[in-house]
Amino acid sequence: MKVHSFHLMPYPNLPEDFRERYRSVYIDIPSELYDPALGHQVYNDYLDELEYADRLGFDGVCVNEHHSNAYGLVPSPNLMAASLARRTRNAGLVVLGNSIALYNPPTRVAEEFAMLDVISGGRLVAGFPLGTAMDTNYAYGQVPLTLRDKYHEAHDLILRAWTEPEPFAFNGKYTQLRYVNVWPRPLQKPHPPVWVPGGSSPETWEWVVEKDYLYAHLSLSGHASARRTLGRYYALVEAAGKEPNPYRVGMTQACFVAGSESEAEELYSEAVSYFFDKCLYIYRGFADVPGYRSRRAIEEGLAQQGFGLQPQTPSRLGGGSLSWKERVEQGSVVAGTPEQVTERLREVCRELGVGHLMLLLQLGNLSKERTMRNIRLVAEKVLPNLRDLWSEWEDRWWVRPLEASLRASGAGK
Amino acid sequence: MAYTEDRVSVRDGMFNVTVRHGGSGEPLVFLHGAGGQAAWDPFMDLLAERYTVYSPVSPGWPGSEGIDHIDDVVDMALFYLDLFDTLGLRGVHLLGSSLGGMFAAEIASLGREYVRKLVLCEPAGIWLDEHPYLDFYAAGQDQLQKALFHDPEAMAARMPRPDPEDKEAQAKMTLDRQMALASASKFTWPIWDKGLKRRIHRINAPTLIVWGENDGLIPPVYAAAFQKLIPGSKVAIIPETAHVPMVERPDEFVRVVREFLEG
Repeated sequence: MKVHSFHLMPYPNLPEDFRERYRSVYIDIPSELYDPALGHQVYNDYLDELEYADRLGFDGVCVNEHHSNAYGLVPSPNLMAASLARRTRNAGLVVLGNSIALYNPPTRVAEEFAMLDVISGGRLVAGFPLGTAMDTNYAYGQVPLTLRDKYHEAHDLILRAWTEPEPFAFNGKYTQLRYVNVWPRPLQKPHPPVWVPGGSSPETWEWVVEKDYLYAHLSLSGHASARRTLGRYYALVEAAGKEPNPYRVGMTQACFVAGSESEAEELYSEAVSYFFDKCLYIYRGFADVPGYRSRRAIEEGLAQQGFGLQPQTPSRLGGGSLSWKERVEQGSVVAGTPEQVTERLREVCRELGVGHLMLLLQLGNLSKERTMRNIRLVAEKVLPNLRDLWSEWEDRWWVRPLEASLRASGAGK
Repeated sequence: MAYTEDRVSVRDGMFNVTVRHGGSGEPLVFLHGAGGQAAWDPFMDLLAERYTVYSPVSPGWPGSEGIDHIDDVVDMALFYLDLFDTLGLRGVHLLGSSLGGMFAAEIASLGREYVRKLVLCEPAGIWLDEHPYLDFYAAGQDQLQKALFHDPEAMAARMPRPDPEDKEAQAKMTLDRQMALASASKFTWPIWDKGLKRRIHRINAPTLIVWGENDGLIPPVYAAAFQKLIPGSKVAIIPETAHVPMVERPDEFVRVVREFLEG
């Protein structure tokens, strides 16, 4: 199994009474709450944490893209990946990713990802999320009804730009280019591995299976929901006649290790509460828009929920009502001694069929000191006991870096 | 009153739309707003006493297909000119409410010969930075009801609601609403302005602009903005109504409209 370190890069200093004073951590949260001097500190801390994970032997470091929010301070994941490309040596750079419908022309993504792949010596994982309704519709003004169509057109353009050997003309509905000719080309052939995060739309799952990409489940709502989602995903894999190779699935998991269960609660529960109470405090009116979800997804959602009407009063997602113990039981957080955590992660990954485990080792306002300790404990006492899982399968969804003798002398200092 | 509901094929089946029609007299076409048009409304009955009323459902709204062939508001206006050709309609009185008002203004700009008189009811399509519309999509149900109706409680009592025990009807209502607003997003997202201001000067039909005095979705200040853009147009403000005066006070709405059409 591959184990990665994923960083959401949250804003760690929202006011105590944030929920009373504001309606959402996304979209209309006033930017005056952002203190750039603190931002300077935490960007550098967060990058230190990912670089430390590389040095301690995690397989990959992961960043993602969000806009107009305090949940994750990475509107441009490629900037983070560029910094990491120079300051990490071995880890895959998992960029999850670029919301490709937002970039005009999408060849910009093809170019930047190719640059990252070349600079890092072939360590890039190219994530292509659709993006949330908040990011794409509200923050970036994309028309909900045409977002998916635009996403698919952008995908097709990027893949052709990476793989066709000659310039070509592209007459799309959303992008027209007389000359598509991306320089540089990516180092990995035919192109970097493509991971598709998110989404609970049946069309997305079918498409990911058909394209043979990795599906990344990024939910933080615990193992029951992951079981439903990944169960359906594997059913589609089977229906398509493809092998249930666990390496075709990635999953995020918040993970906190300490000397004992009670120490884990003491060290981490406050930061975890901060995350669930504040960072996921999203006004429901921003969390979904008619047109964002496909008709099939809505129909299936209605059938599953067993009710017809949307709530009359918009409420918030997230909610901070669960205790630390409940979160651990539910699995939105895996925590405890190294042995307990190892056992739980093995059990969950084996049951759900997860080959790429993306661990969230910092959440909310967890300090750098505690995060570094958590990373070290996981690297030393958990990671070595997870690696053997799935050794019978070949990982076709992972980076293929340049061999060491060909690496530039200044790379990965 | 009796009305007929037809399925009409336009451009060899590229579009298949529901058209309800009833009454007799000069042709009058009503274009619904973003929420769609699921029924024959009381104000249509009142208009049908004097006119042949046509109430088409736009492609993409429940009952009509073909939104994939419409990329923007000009495509929508051209679809309607094709529909009028199919129905053999020329020189119609054209009424449009909200998003339907935006479509009606586009149709009257691009197909002058099709429109005899134009009634724009709380039309969308023009944007003033100092008077933003309510964020229709992000608003909660309560907030939206208050914006749409002068008296939300009285309206709620009059609105047909599916039986809460009938899960299937409930689900259909939710899905219909989702699909209606999804289609509307093509013409309204993120701002309800898709260039009408560059075309509206072509309107030459006599025009009445109707607004509910308490419209909480598109502020009534837009009545003056439209009047300025359509020289010679008249404005009628209907008291004790908000965004849908034809639904909230059908008698008064029809009186005002008939006075304009027959005056």
